[in-house]
Amino acid sequence: MGQEIMERIREANEAVITGIDDADIKHWVTIYIMGKAYRVPADITLMQAIEYAGYRFVRGAGCRAGFCGACATVYRVAGDWRLKAALACQTRVEDGMFLVQIPFAPAEKPTYDIETEPAEGSVLLKYFPELARCVACNTCTKACPQELEVMDYIQAALRGDLEAVTELSFDCIQCGLCSIRCPAEIVHYHAAQLARRLYGKSLPVPKHVEERVREVEEGKYGEEFERLMSLSREEIEELYKKEQREKGGLGSRDASRVTRNGQGEG
Amino acid sequence: MSNEAKAFIAPRASHVARHAADKSPSRVTRHALPYFPGCALKDQARGFERAAQAAMERLGYELAELPRWNCCGTVYSLSSDDLMRHVAPVRNFIRVQELGERRLVTLCAMCYNTLRRSARFVSTDPERLQRINAFMDEEPDYAGGVEVLHLLQLLRDEIGYEEIEARVERPLYGLKVAPYYGCMLLRPREVGIDDPDRPETMELLFEYLGAEAVDSPHKVECCGAYQTVANPEIARERVLEIVGAAARRGADLIVTSCPLCTYNLEHHQLSVPGDASHVTGDKSSTRHALPVTRHVIPILYFTQLLAFALGAPGEELGFEQAAVDPRPVLAQRVGG
Repeated sequence: MGQEIMERIREANEAVITGIDDADIKHWVTIYIMGKAYRVPADITLMQAIEYAGYRFVRGAGCRAGFCGACATVYRVAGDWRLKAALACQTRVEDGMFLVQIPFAPAEKPTYDIETEPAEGSVLLKYFPELARCVACNTCTKACPQELEVMDYIQAALRGDLEAVTELSFDCIQCGLCSIRCPAEIVHYHAAQLARRLYGKSLPVPKHVEERVREVEEGKYGEEFERLMSLSREEIEELYKKEQREKGGLGSRDASRVTRNGQGEG
Repeated sequence: MSNEAKAFIAPRASHVARHAADKSPSRVTRHALPYFPGCALKDQARGFERAAQAAMERLGYELAELPRWNCCGTVYSLSSDDLMRHVAPVRNFIRVQELGERRLVTLCAMCYNTLRRSARFVSTDPERLQRINAFMDEEPDYAGGVEVLHLLQLLRDEIGYEEIEARVERPLYGLKVAPYYGCMLLRPREVGIDDPDRPETMELLFEYLGAEAVDSPHKVECCGAYQTVANPEIARERVLEIVGAAARRGADLIVTSCPLCTYNLEHHQLSVPGDASHVTGDKSSTRHALPVTRHVIPILYFTQLLAFALGAPGEELGFEQAAVDPRPVLAQRVGG
């Protein structure tokens, strides 16, 4: 990314993190949140822009770092018919963008007992028979903000290849955008999670896990746990801050959590 | 995305690539044929594929699994305006095209039928193909021209039965084999691998392997297919007729090229109780309720019989999933 753009991003972020005066912001764009136009600083993230516009997140925001999958957003940009999908915390505003957040993908999550199910591919179709409705349209893949080959793992699920589903879906953050877009109404991420659980079950327990479990059972960490459990909230917070300072990480994180409206995270 | 997030995500690309390389050979060598397995061959019909690989290796060919293949579409869609149903097959043709290849070999009769008809469907109407290509805007356009072949066609027309005969290590002398074609290899006529009424592709193959082909009037009839789910009595009636006809003509084995036919033939013949003759249950049937005798005949895939005759060892024949173990009769007749 060019020096100039980085400078603009830095400048735009100042608007939301330090509360500088709007008059000092040079670059602006207009975006449409649920159809209503808002003028927001250029180059900030969708999430920052939504907050800048005055919305407060009570759902649809979580880690703000591209991991939790809470901020699924669909949008179109001017002059492009494609319906795009992204995480609001990982995508920057563009002029003329139409967007809405999809904070939750309605999806039934079947209940199963992983201990009694065999580590076999047929279990996937038992709980998710709708997998067989896949027409290989690839719309799920296009929607995935993690750039996973979603359709490929659904196809692997159809043929019972638990290993392939596990590998291909490993970085899924369960935002649900695939399942919102699927014409076959498949719930990709729940099926993939079952596949990973079944596959994981089929693997031998790694040595380091066995060793750690043994250590825990032998009480190696008992004293330290008891000390933490006995601390007050204030003492724990102080301990956390001290540790973060030692790591050198707290300053920037703290700053980024304060929005222009003075609100913290939802 | 934060740097930490990027660092966390970065290994994904490499492990996906590694995975793809492990599972899907992308380089196709001289005797390697782009091969479409289909879902059933990776699950319920693993022996079909295992034996095919063993047999083809002995014939100097490699079945090179198509990279990133997806379901064939399962059932060919008859609605000419529902182009979405043809996206799955066409996407597979794009994978063939990406290899710089023109042919795609299948084993499963159902996949063969769906893929071959879909290839025809898009090649006979450029506008349809254009619309499908426009929809799949993330893929290179399919230019047409991929030829879908069933392995039986390849054995018959390219390798040749005499060449196969020359490589037989276990001649099947004394073995009586009833070929069962079902629907998907033969109909409709324009995609059939042989005459839909009087096919002889499998008969000739088995005779070149040393076996005696048992003819049966029901070899080109439907096994009941997916009726087995909602109306199992229909499939059962079909199967008892098919198996009964083969058994009365002395067949030791029935040979198919379709996992669904195999499932139906195995499952419904075993549904007849083991005691004396009895009458089929469905009195409302248009067919007469005839006494049926329990016949238990092993159902093999043609690749299993071929690999056996070519001398493949037991573990390469993939008999583990067979509902009726063919090994006793093979040992008895051929000395396996």
